[in-house]
Formats: sequence, C-alpha cells, structure tokens
Amino acid sequence: MAFTSFSDFLAMGGHAPYVWSAWGVTALLLLASAWHARLEQRQLLRVLRRRARRSKGVRHDA
Amino acid sequence: MWAFIHKLGSPRWFYGMSAKMQPWFWAAAVLLLVVGSLWGLAFAPADYQQGNSFRIIYVHVPAAFLAQSIFIAMAVSGLVFMVWKIKVADMAATVMAPFGAVMTFVALFSGAVWGVPTWGTWWMWDARLTSMLILLFLYIGVIALRSAFTRRDSGSRAASVLTMVGVINIPIIKYSVDWWYTLHQTASFTLTSRPTMPTQMWLPLVIMLLGFYCFFIAITLMRTRSEILRREASKRWVQELLTDPMLSTATKKAR
Repeated sequence: MAFTSFSDFLAMGGHAPYVWSAWGVTALLLLASAWHARLEQRQLLRVLRRRARRSKGVRHDA
Repeated sequence: MWAFIHKLGSPRWFYGMSAKMQPWFWAAAVLLLVVGSLWGLAFAPADYQQGNSFRIIYVHVPAAFLAQSIFIAMAVSGLVFMVWKIKVADMAATVMAPFGAVMTFVALFSGAVWGVPTWGTWWMWDARLTSMLILLFLYIGVIALRSAFTRRDSGSRAASVLTMVGVINIPIIKYSVDWWYTLHQTASFTLTSRPTMPTQMWLPLVIMLLGFYCFFIAITLMRTRSEILRREASKRWVQELLTDPMLSTATKKAR
C-alpha cells in the first residue's frame, strides 16, 4: 500500500486533480462504450424481432 | 487453415462463435481492469520524481497502445475486405472505428492532464502529440467518409482505402519520439526488452494493458454481432433466429 490513509489516497500527494480527472474520464468513456454496445444490441433485437414476427404473420402478445 | 478463414468470413458462423467467446473476454476485461486499477492506484509505489501523478500511466499507455492497434486492425480488415470481399471484416472495421477514436481521445486527454504537473504545459505542437491528434482526425474522417455514401458498398470501400492510406501515420507516431525533438519521452515500455521500471510499477501496467485489449475484443465482438444482424436482417438464418420463441436474446448458437 502506497498510502497511509484513505484521505491520503484521495489526495494523491497533491496530484488529485490530475490523477482523478484522467482516470475518471477513462472510466466514464469505457463504461459509456460498453453501455452503448449493450443498448444498441437490445434495441436492434427488439426492432428486428417485431419486424420478423409481423412479416411472418404470427402474433405473440408478449 | 483456409477452411477456418473461410468459416470466419461467414457472418452466420461468426455470430455463433462470437456468442461463445464474448462472455470470456468481458469477464477477463473486468477482472484485469479491477485488479490493475487497484494495484496501479493504491499499491504501486509513487515515482521518485513525479510523485503520484505518474499513476496516469496506467490509463494513458494502454489507451495509446489501443488507439494505434485498433487503427492497424482496421487497416488489416480493410485489406481483407478489399482483396477477398469478406463482409465480416468490413463490419468489424465499421464498429472498431468509434472505439478507436474514443481510445485516441483518452490517450490525448490523459496525456494533456499529465503534462500539466510534469511538463508545465498541457499541449505542445510537437511530433508525438501532433501525430496523435492526426490519428484522432483520421478516425473521425473514416467514420464520416463511411457514412457519406448512399450505397453501403461504396462507403465501405472508401473507408477501407482511407484506413489503408492513413495507417502510414502509425509508424510516424511510434518513431516520432526518436526522429524529432519532442517533449514526450521515448518508449519506457516495450515488448522486446526488460522494463526499466520496478516490478511493482510495470506489473499493474501489463495487467491494465491486457484488460484494455480484452475490453476492446469484447466490445468489438458484441458490436460486430449487432452489425451482422443489421446488415443480414433479411437473410433466412437471421429470420429464423429472430422468430424462434425458444431462444433467448443474444446467446443463440448459429446452428
């Protein structure tokens, strides 16, 4: 452990704004990318399923 | 070998295969990124010159590695698409571009933030920084060019050509720190030689690098699957897959 306390860890030896902004933006963009990929897949499947069912003439009220 | 490549080129086979591989890459990415982050942020010793600001390396270097690797992957995909007309390669190249742009932005942003306490400036028009900015513009250019055509095939070919031409920027980025005078230090981390950093410092970096690459593979598999569904929506196997009530969302096997 490179720090003595949690507040010491947050302070990053006076470099808190630099370390946390770089890490924060990275984490945010990775999470947003994963979330976007998942949302894209779900929406696409929903739309395509609905279209496929309609063209088949089968009704599933689910 | 050729049979494997041929199979890999089939959207249907790729859709089934990627469904099986995807969860492993997501799991590996989460595990490696969590371990690497904790280690890099809290356990690695502070740098004797830079103090704790050096911890930015654990996001900066993996993002910069990926930014360049993704562009090379797109160029290879473009070549495969142009020469062998393998559509999956073009689909992969399509979904890789935005993530590549994001990684380039992360590398530039974290570098700028790191520059303030270490160089006293967040930006310099030097060779490394400028060639990385050009890479960001290349990514945006490829994305814009692809969407500028009404016919998808024309957009795919134009994007492939721009990527294959633009890949010349990658060696320029790599050797910029050796060829020109620049603020950016030369590579402190290479695959070929022993690291000059203490083990406690570079091991978390290796873990973060692997984590970033697993994340990239996972998100590329996931988004390529969506792209396959989008482009092959009228094909029979997709229709069967969509209307089969027995099957849950995305984990269906292709056969």
